[in-house]
Amino acid sequence: MNVIESIGLGKRYGNTWALHDCTLAIPEGHVAALVGPNGAGKTTLLNLAVGLTAQTAGIVTVLGGKPAGSSAALDGIAFVAQDMPLYQNLSGADMLHLTRNLNRRFDAGYAKDRLGDLDIPLERKAGKMSGGQQAQLALTLALARRPQLLVLDEPMAMLDPLARHDFMATVMTAIADDGVSVLLSSHVLAELERVADYLVLLSGGSVQVAGEVDDLLSCHRVLTGPAAEAGEYIKRLNVVYVRRGEAQAHLLVRTNGTTEPVPPGWEAHPVSLEELTLAYMRDPAAAALPGPARAVVQPMEVRN
Amino acid sequence: MTVDKDIKGGVSPAAAVGRPASPIEFRLDPATGVPTHLQLVHQVEHAMRLGYLKPGDQLPKVRDAVASLAINPNTVLKAYRELEIKGLATGRPGQGTFITATLSQATLPELTRLRRSLLAWLGTADTAGLDEDGMVALFTSELRDFRNRRGRSDDRRVAGGETEGVA
Repeated sequence: MNVIESIGLGKRYGNTWALHDCTLAIPEGHVAALVGPNGAGKTTLLNLAVGLTAQTAGIVTVLGGKPAGSSAALDGIAFVAQDMPLYQNLSGADMLHLTRNLNRRFDAGYAKDRLGDLDIPLERKAGKMSGGQQAQLALTLALARRPQLLVLDEPMAMLDPLARHDFMATVMTAIADDGVSVLLSSHVLAELERVADYLVLLSGGSVQVAGEVDDLLSCHRVLTGPAAEAGEYIKRLNVVYVRRGEAQAHLLVRTNGTTEPVPPGWEAHPVSLEELTLAYMRDPAAAALPGPARAVVQPMEVRN
Repeated sequence: MTVDKDIKGGVSPAAAVGRPASPIEFRLDPATGVPTHLQLVHQVEHAMRLGYLKPGDQLPKVRDAVASLAINPNTVLKAYRELEIKGLATGRPGQGTFITATLSQATLPELTRLRRSLLAWLGTADTAGLDEDGMVALFTSELRDFRNRRGRSDDRRVAGGETEGVA
């Protein structure tokens, strides 16, 4: 099952396409990271997927073909928006009560146990809690809906390092316990390296790179060698990004899994997720087809 | 994927229900650049070599490792799969992953004695004026000599055997 599928998805605000021709299929069971520069369309894509906004063009379905925003889709999705949406004047206990009464499915026992384990002061107004406590409260209320897909928009932007770690630990524990699929957008690439096993890179409103992290890393490598020979290989190989000094050059090469021999006098290094993502972000044209988007997107199931 | 569903919450669930916990805890070093699952594999092998993990010992439960390191459960499962492929551990459904092999050639008391004599040697080297790099260089070069000598005597034995066979 794919947790999110879109075909030619687009969203226009006035004259500006925030998202255009976005075709994507994210399989279940992953922690999928949605990355991209500011204004790339990350929040727009998430809002479309959870049904908070309607598309201008194309199709988007969730959880195996349910139209985004339909009540069947909403039952299986929990979403925590960028600004940790809590009523600042309500206490933790009141937030719990409210969320339970506003949702068809809500596991109050789980929520109470979890908030107790985390020492969240339930009698305190949400607005008076620390940033980390607010984030954990919002996350726990979302998880207590027992979703199949948890969507998080920039969940850690406002948190200190310890609160980030604890927040992610809660998310990862939910995956271990219940097999929740996760889609999260973030700017913190180094943190994603620990948690994400699926990457979607948006750029200028469309998908530039998508695929399982292990596959992406194994079909890219960095070649380091004499700068004088670099030009020849740039012509011959599928080079994503070049860093060239006076004498030495580094080429980030997409190999598509083939194990071409390393040219004599050159060294090959594996690439990290952060390095790979930065390289593609620096050069949005690297996705120009035939590019990584087409090469690595999972084959999409055709539905009637 | 569902792991250890019987345990809910708590900082140290294994301890809370009186179950023997794993003898080791994982840690992560983000600075090494070594992929996370390989760091876990290396830590298990290292613990086995040093005698912290013996056959029959349980590895940290996936849920516990995930909760303490805030990493993807798939990463821990991948590390455990790799240990199984190497023949060092085996998964028991519903229970966890257990060590099935031994990598340490000496027992824990023997290792302690060896460690002590090595410490004594380090003290002597320090007194003689060697710095850390000097000690490492001396140890490495002696280890190489030792390996070569042992290799040569092995070769002689093999060569001798062949000669007898031909004769």
